[in-house]
Amino acid sequence: MQIMTYSKNIIDNIFGGIRPTSRALGKAATTIQGWYDSGTIPQKHWADIINAAKSFDHTLNSEDFFPKQLSRLESFGYPFNKLHCLSIDDFNRPDIETLLSLGAHYLDLNIQKNPNNRVLKGKTLINLFFENSTRTEKSFELAGKRLGADVISMQIANSSVNKGETLMDTAVTLNAMNPDIIIVRHSASGAPALLSQKVSCSVINAGDGIHEHPTQALLDALTIKSAFKKISGLRVAICGDILHSRVARSNVKLLNMLGAEVRLIGPKTLLPSEAETWGVNIFNNMKDGLEDCDIIMMLRLQIERMSDALIPSKREYFHFYGLDKEKIAYTKRRTLVMHPGPMNRGVEISSEIADDEKISLIKKQVETGVAMRMGILHALSNSQDSIK
Amino acid sequence: MNITTIINARIINPEDGYDKLGSILIESGLISDFGPDVQAKGQIIDANGLICSPGLIDMRVNTGEPGKENRETISTAAKAAAAGGITSIVLMPETNPAIDDISLVDFINRKSENAPINIYAAGALTKSLDGSTLTEIGLMSEAGAVMFSNGALPIKSAQTMRRLLSYSSNFDCLISNRPIESSLSINTAAHESDFSLRLGLPSSPSVSERIIVERDIALAELTGGKLLIDLISASESLIAIKQAKLKYSNISCSVSINHLSLNEKDIGDYRTFAKLDPPLREESDRLDLLNGINDGTIDVIVSSHDPRPAGEKRLPYSQAASGAIGLETLLAAGLSLVADKQLNLMNFLATLTCNPASLLGLKSGRIKKSAPADLIIFDPNAPWVCKGKSLLSKSKNTPFDGRLMTGRNIKTICKGKLVFDSSN
Repeated sequence: MQIMTYSKNIIDNIFGGIRPTSRALGKAATTIQGWYDSGTIPQKHWADIINAAKSFDHTLNSEDFFPKQLSRLESFGYPFNKLHCLSIDDFNRPDIETLLSLGAHYLDLNIQKNPNNRVLKGKTLINLFFENSTRTEKSFELAGKRLGADVISMQIANSSVNKGETLMDTAVTLNAMNPDIIIVRHSASGAPALLSQKVSCSVINAGDGIHEHPTQALLDALTIKSAFKKISGLRVAICGDILHSRVARSNVKLLNMLGAEVRLIGPKTLLPSEAETWGVNIFNNMKDGLEDCDIIMMLRLQIERMSDALIPSKREYFHFYGLDKEKIAYTKRRTLVMHPGPMNRGVEISSEIADDEKISLIKKQVETGVAMRMGILHALSNSQDSIK
Repeated sequence: MNITTIINARIINPEDGYDKLGSILIESGLISDFGPDVQAKGQIIDANGLICSPGLIDMRVNTGEPGKENRETISTAAKAAAAGGITSIVLMPETNPAIDDISLVDFINRKSENAPINIYAAGALTKSLDGSTLTEIGLMSEAGAVMFSNGALPIKSAQTMRRLLSYSSNFDCLISNRPIESSLSINTAAHESDFSLRLGLPSSPSVSERIIVERDIALAELTGGKLLIDLISASESLIAIKQAKLKYSNISCSVSINHLSLNEKDIGDYRTFAKLDPPLREESDRLDLLNGINDGTIDVIVSSHDPRPAGEKRLPYSQAASGAIGLETLLAAGLSLVADKQLNLMNFLATLTCNPASLLGLKSGRIKKSAPADLIIFDPNAPWVCKGKSLLSKSKNTPFDGRLMTGRNIKTICKGKLVFDSSN
């Protein structure tokens, strides 16, 4: 992975650290520290730095102060050149590593909130959400804005969709306005993929029906990686309504790729009938399934997607599959709990677990979500530019 | 410690085909030893060389409690069962309200605490038996429901049936469904044949049963759920089940004693006491069902005890209620078939003892050290005439009224206690 911030490169490699830089430029060390942390250097100092660099036998020019033109994103020598983010299947292992390290880079709030970030300067993002969302839509909006892009959120309730326009016509209309990235959530599986064939910009799948939610899986992986410093070798249990969960489908693919052992736990009516072929272990009761798990990912019971009752009652569901202190003890080890949200307290997770900061990563997931989505936007924009 | 010994008995244990003269030693309600060499201790019960077998388990009993206590109460049913040699009964959820909630399962458990025999509840498969809303199968199973059934009402929708089988398999519960294709059987009163057509009765064909038998077998294959095909009556159904059993072990079926003993001709001149659900079919069907017991295809025989007061029966045939009582005649009617050499004794007893016990996960139903001492002593050759009026059930709607029977229960022992003795 190449260095994402140009300031570190200049400070470390040319001047030999923060203090030498401070001496060479005659500026306070705290100022240099600020540049170092934010990754960028204000333009008014560029001339001084270019001059000072000459005395260190380095020739810099203004190009060196634009990281996105400098660095070609890659991992293990494989360049990242994907234009869409529709499914975890779109990415190979080096792509995932590139995305996760970019996400990790933006986890640093100084970098994330640096007002000079211009990675997406001049680019337009359209949030096209046909289904309700709080987390995903707002975190994409924030991620885009923090990277300097212009972000438009379509209000589907007020749009021509309600006048009977088809998805394809909406896509063609929006495409004619030349956006750079469209972020789509739709209730029909495969809708973002269809859209990507009709538009000339990048498409990010922000959840399609019961198919995939790749950015959620990526942010979950980043959350796990931050908490455990690794993913490979961990045992992850995904519990609950697997049948209707796009998050589960994306997570199974991604966690398998990253070397985690994945288990699916749920009543048979909420498990896809051929799930054994996904490379996971299936359990129908929490006691056996949770044993020795490092991570428990709880899923929301998606009552709105159930054509008729797949479980008799919330009371019975919580009794057998709701995560509470008693069931979490089945893991017999320190376990962290995740939930993609929104939670139904008392249906799949008890409040005592959800609110316990020592074991719940749920708030952390939302926080990581913004950073991870900045990383994804950055990577897609970068490969757009390199292809042009 | 309470010690009893049954001496001088022909001990038959259908689970392993054991058949020897000997004694059975009972300590604290459990069988502690049995065989030819057992020393008699404590209180002695002399079997006089008659057969001693495990007490019968009847998986399909209706009472009227709660809601229709005029038909039968749990306590009258328990007395009738004890007299008939039955030591465990499973009550169908078809009551008012239906047994579709843990508090109702608890009601049955509490009502049964002082009963002379073991009484278990079957939970309803769907709320108020509506055929579509799942009940809390897991919680009811924890509360003590031993199986789940929708009573006489079949699950019409294949999707619902799939979900029931699939959901219940989480808890390894037995799901029982009546094989009836409602659209073919609605408002019918008899089996579709030359005979019923001459009588002018609205009738349903045997394929109505076969269609759902085949559907439910396919769904059990798909989901891995434990299926009991409840009350088969036609040869076609048996063929399908025999075929399915070659491949799958999660499929079982039951038949009522009435369909082994009677055929459509017993309707005779519009005898409503022989109006049953499923309807009595042809003699060839009955003979095939008997073969199904003898070759092991049919897992369970039930009484399908369904008490109805005379008011519900003394009506024009097509308006009369279906159903017959059977707790007291179950053993005798079966032994009569054994005496006629139509049924094999060991296979007949297996379908009423160890087979239902293993389907329901009960410890009883077998003669084994430390198994519950639920035992009966019966005379396989005693002749008697069945008289409806002298039966113990609250309702007297038996189709065997006036019939000559061979074989009768003499003593019933449940949990080590003598709960019925014909000499009293």
